[in-house]
Amino acid sequence: MGLIAPYRRPYAGTQPEYLHAPYVSTVKRAPTRPLVAIPQTLSEVTGPHFGKDDIVQGAFDLTKQHAGEPLGERIVVSGRVLDEDGRPMPHTLVEIWQCNAAGRYLHKRDQHNAPLDPNFTGQGHTMTDEQGRYRFVTIRPGEYPWANHYNAWRPAHIHFSLFGPAFATRIITQMYFPGDPLLPFDPIYNCTADVAARERLISRFDWETTIPQEALGYEFDVILLGRDATPTEEPKRR
Amino acid sequence: MRSLATTWQTVGPYFRIGMERLMVADIAGEGVEGQRIRVQVRVLDGDDVPIPDAVLEVWQANSHGKYAHPEDTQDKPLEQRFRGYGRIGTDDDGWLRFDTVKPGPVPGPGDVDQAPHLVVGLMMRGLLKRLVTRMYFPGEVLNQTDPILMLVEGARRKTLVARAGVEDVKVLTWEIHMQGKDETVFFEL
Repeated sequence: MGLIAPYRRPYAGTQPEYLHAPYVSTVKRAPTRPLVAIPQTLSEVTGPHFGKDDIVQGAFDLTKQHAGEPLGERIVVSGRVLDEDGRPMPHTLVEIWQCNAAGRYLHKRDQHNAPLDPNFTGQGHTMTDEQGRYRFVTIRPGEYPWANHYNAWRPAHIHFSLFGPAFATRIITQMYFPGDPLLPFDPIYNCTADVAARERLISRFDWETTIPQEALGYEFDVILLGRDATPTEEPKRR
Repeated sequence: MRSLATTWQTVGPYFRIGMERLMVADIAGEGVEGQRIRVQVRVLDGDDVPIPDAVLEVWQANSHGKYAHPEDTQDKPLEQRFRGYGRIGTDDDGWLRFDTVKPGPVPGPGDVDQAPHLVVGLMMRGLLKRLVTRMYFPGEVLNQTDPILMLVEGARRKTLVARAGVEDVKVLTWEIHMQGKDETVFFEL
């Protein structure tokens, strides 16, 4: 197989550490020993591929999964999936999940005293096109309280899950909304040291994808780890 | 100009809403070749309390040691019905189970064969980004020379090797300890 070209390691400070004490659940779940650095092998530069058969047609529209329309403000969330060198990532699966407009998840463990919406599940998925573009139609998720600390509220967010070309490029993240007053107080949003990296999790309001009389548009690009062209024995960035 | 990869965020406690659809606990469907195994995994936190809201992803080669991926150019048979991907959530007692076939060895650095292994990604509430680890198989001769296991200090290698069942050796048990004296080895890619 010859030498393997590894995916890059993330740039310093742009990913969270495992232990972030203000997010209380990390305290008993973050590893305490240093991670063991390993070279990427065939096992890590390959990864699962998904195709049309894995996609339910229409699953990009979370407002049309039930008999009626969900309550809340309709929005369009769209963007591109690229690698660090700006190359589009075509035909990659994008999965999202979110709470409803009242800030309630359709999940047995969510005991928040806000109503469920019989017309909203909060699950969507799609595949990027040739240019790495994706598009969802949904409703704007509500903010909701959580038990992390006194009077803790999560800013509005949508969970994103993507694979990219390899096991090494997997990412799960959360997309936020511009101007959310809760962002400065949220330990999950603030877990990443690099401020600019954090701010890239905030979507942009976008006129171009806003549909007149119908839905506001938000743009959110997801960048996957890039890859150096030349195979090396050791990963370059530490 | 180069951009930087998007920051990870936790899957949170409600990932099943979005991730349930592609949960796969039967990784090798009917007709897939190889030795059938069942793997049961328990995930425990720093107080040895079972973690009921973790999700594990598995990536593996088929029994011939071939990945269903275009970058695996080895001259080994592919199987149409084997993707090699699993996604399983823990239950209320921190257990998860999946069925698959034991993967064959794949080449590693310097073209030294790696011991059969499952590549594992672990996510949960309280984990701000994925943890990567591997599950190896008990009694494998190649475990003695596996180039990745060799990077792990000797005393900790056992955290990566599943136990064979006493009654049924095809049932493997593997504990993932997030912390403590048996803390599982996690990798940085």
